[in-house]
Amino acid sequence: MNPYFIINSEEFYESNHWNFSCIDCHSSDYQNFPHSGELRMEPKFACIDCHGGDEQYEKYHFEQIDEEFHKSVHSSKHSEEFTCWMCHNPHTYKINARTNENMAEFIQYDNEICLSCHSDISKYQLLTTMENPNVLLTHNWLPNQVLHFTKVRCIECHTEINNDILVSHNVQPKEEAISDCVECHSRDSRLLASLYKFQFAGERNAAGFSNKTMLQNSYVIGANRNYYLNIISIGLFVLVFIGLCIHASLRIIIKHK
Amino acid sequence: MQYSDPSYPIIRFDWSVSIHNIAGILLAMSYVGFLIGNMVTTNGKHYIFRKGIIKNLILQARYYAFGIFKGEHPPFPITKEHKFNPLQKFSYIFIMHIIIPLVTITGIMLLFPEIISMEFFGNMALHITDIIHVIMGFFVSLFLIVHIYFCTIGHTPLSNFKGMFNGYHEKH
Repeated sequence: MNPYFIINSEEFYESNHWNFSCIDCHSSDYQNFPHSGELRMEPKFACIDCHGGDEQYEKYHFEQIDEEFHKSVHSSKHSEEFTCWMCHNPHTYKINARTNENMAEFIQYDNEICLSCHSDISKYQLLTTMENPNVLLTHNWLPNQVLHFTKVRCIECHTEINNDILVSHNVQPKEEAISDCVECHSRDSRLLASLYKFQFAGERNAAGFSNKTMLQNSYVIGANRNYYLNIISIGLFVLVFIGLCIHASLRIIIKHK
Repeated sequence: MQYSDPSYPIIRFDWSVSIHNIAGILLAMSYVGFLIGNMVTTNGKHYIFRKGIIKNLILQARYYAFGIFKGEHPPFPITKEHKFNPLQKFSYIFIMHIIIPLVTITGIMLLFPEIISMEFFGNMALHITDIIHVIMGFFVSLFLIVHIYFCTIGHTPLSNFKGMFNGYHEKH
């Protein structure tokens, strides 16, 4: 049997749709065994078919996600063939970023979604005849590559952020990817609007360690700075500089007397 | 890198990371050379505290703050036995034996962030190491400014710099 048709029941029962029976989404004709061959042609639901226009799920903004997705390079390059299911397996999909405290886990989960095509030549070539680029080579310019790959998700740099939806779906072409280090490595870090969006909850306070929530999981140079330390250091520096200027001027004055 | 801000890109972040890392490694190698040099030559004796150091360094500090303007003679002129005046000795010992080793060791630890976080201190490891590194580094930068300035207090403002190259000290 086609391995793609075998569903891991453990994963299914941990997923978001765990309490659904198969025929809630699939044709009720499946109740008869052997299954009719025609059933393979059944139209499949997309996320928006159930969740679109549903008041109960309004806070997840499915319509906007759909909109953002249609702006993305996945949609424009592949039209209708690229469905939600290319990234999100409906049988095993479970919410992660919003609920999982273990960041390393959900970063890996999300990255595996991208890597399922972008590092798997057979899946990649289902949709294109291009050669699958080697992700490690294309990211050669990134210092501390391994650390970056385990601490941030692909979508942090490869999507355009939309503050109305919970996770960015507008994947950009590779030319538009963030390559300026300072976007994340500064006090007003991009990561606060993406990776740390949920843990962060409006904590852009000025005093103390910047971006404290980040510190529980990682240390991002430039983004995690201490306000007081910076002020003291600049203050001391200026004082010393002024002192030396005064000393030098006095020496020059005395010499010329 | 600590003060990076997208609106003031003084130097490209990745360049500053590379330059900083290379300079750090060179510093670590030079420091090892310094330690070995101090052990095998007589230069090491200049980096040891002697009795009365606090009293003497206050005297020297007074000279730099006031005496130099009154035309006084330096209280501890340079000789072969004492190439550092007490204030110099105090600050150099601090810098060379405490601050620089701390900066270099924390710097090397930061070059391998996965190893420190995983093997030694856990989550806060990188943070603590970096704070120490930054504070020590800040002292080194302060020292640099003061040090270069004090180099100009010689027979002529440039005579000490000349001395760095030809190895001789011009008497006042």
